Amino acid sequence: MSLRTRLLAVAAAGLVLALPLAANAHRGWIVPSFTVLSGDGAWVTVDAAISNELFYADHNPMRLDAVVVTAPDGSVDKVQNALTGKYRSTFDVQLSKPGTYKIGSAVSTIMASWTQDGQVKRFRGSLEDFARQVPAGAADLKTIKSFNRNETFVTRDAPTTTVFAPTGKGLELVPVTHPNDLVAGEAATFKFQLDGKPAADLEVTFAPGNSRYRATPGDFKVKTGADGSFKVTFPEAGMYWMNAVVRTGETGRGPGGPGMGGGPGAPAPATPLAGDGMSASYTATLEALRP
Amino acid sequence: MKRSLSLLTFSALAAGAATPALALAADLAVTVEVPRLTVAEYHKPYVSIWIENPADATAAGTLAVWYDAGSKEDKGVKWLKDMRQWWRKAGRTMSFPADGISGATRAPGPQKLVFSGAKGPLKDLKPGQYNLVVEAAREVGGQESVRVPFIWGKPGKPATAKGATEVGAVTVAVK
Repeated sequence: MSLRTRLLAVAAAGLVLALPLAANAHRGWIVPSFTVLSGDGAWVTVDAAISNELFYADHNPMRLDAVVVTAPDGSVDKVQNALTGKYRSTFDVQLSKPGTYKIGSAVSTIMASWTQDGQVKRFRGSLEDFARQVPAGAADLKTIKSFNRNETFVTRDAPTTTVFAPTGKGLELVPVTHPNDLVAGEAATFKFQLDGKPAADLEVTFAPGNSRYRATPGDFKVKTGADGSFKVTFPEAGMYWMNAVVRTGETGRGPGGPGMGGGPGAPAPATPLAGDGMSASYTATLEALRP
Repeated sequence: MKRSLSLLTFSALAAGAATPALALAADLAVTVEVPRLTVAEYHKPYVSIWIENPADATAAGTLAVWYDAGSKEDKGVKWLKDMRQWWRKAGRTMSFPADGISGATRAPGPQKLVFSGAKGPLKDLKPGQYNLVVEAAREVGGQESVRVPFIWGKPGKPATAKGATEVGAVTVAVK
């Protein structure tokens, strides 16, 4: 296996991980069967997919490689009974401890181009692989970093907040109102942080589920204030898709974009990235209950 | 602020009447009608009976929870969250079975209950205006809650409210 084919393999893996961001019209979601549960025998079964309609599996399953379960005590569990089908992945989570669980993924990806031996080289993959495969001090190095979160929360018995402890990486939700304490018609307050600092003036999109049965999608947007906080009132009970994205610099989509210079047929020479850039996205599925 | 003010006013009233000790020993008489429903699959409802502070809609105590503790599915606790208002405001921080609160589900018809002012949440309930909430959730059925206002601290006339689907007439009297 040449370096080039290895890089291509890494690129393919990176593309799969980055799908929720790369496919603009397609929305990634993780939907639990319940968000509020009682009793020590509680389980949830979860659907995860990338779709156009919310929350109907109509496009691609979400790959589960990066999906982990964080228990109320902060310990990390694997998903159980995982299955990836044509349109969706499913798995189960046993809520063996009382409190709030986080189910989701936090994936960082880096795209890079540099010059080596007079040739343009490209890389796409994890930060770890980047450190291994891209030479230190590479000439003309340009990078586009992305950090994508997609998660949901479920609570057995009384809600807890351990799983919301910020890591300082990417876009993170800092609840003021607990995400498993949402009721239609009641105002809820949340905060966003970007790399540990308040994410001011951030546009946050909400899209309700059951879109198939409505003539209009019902999406709405709110903006965060200087402290990264915003208020939202869910108009009706149901599942909502929440999403926010921050981008600076190059996106990698224009000239010199994600193409590796490869592809079917004769490989064309790789093109360098147009410049440096970063993006961070946050997606969560939230449920508002009936009053 | 508003609540503490009204409580102060009430304390003053109670002091004036010079019967606070007597008033606090009162009982709460409650009649809950479990409606008789003609449905293909009937299960007796889960019912929570609790006290609500009208000012901020918080719970001031749970008087009774009727559920099927003999159920194979997680001893019936699995469905307690379906009484969603009570679960959110009180139930989720309690453990079950709860002594003096848990009880079996009840058959259709009027269920007469007396909650002693010397026990449970009524023992420490401050005199004032409250709602008695009866919230019912039925397996493969609906969910409904009915509120009946009462004044704790002095005997009063019975008050009644009636639900539309899952809760029949609820009558509350401070004795």
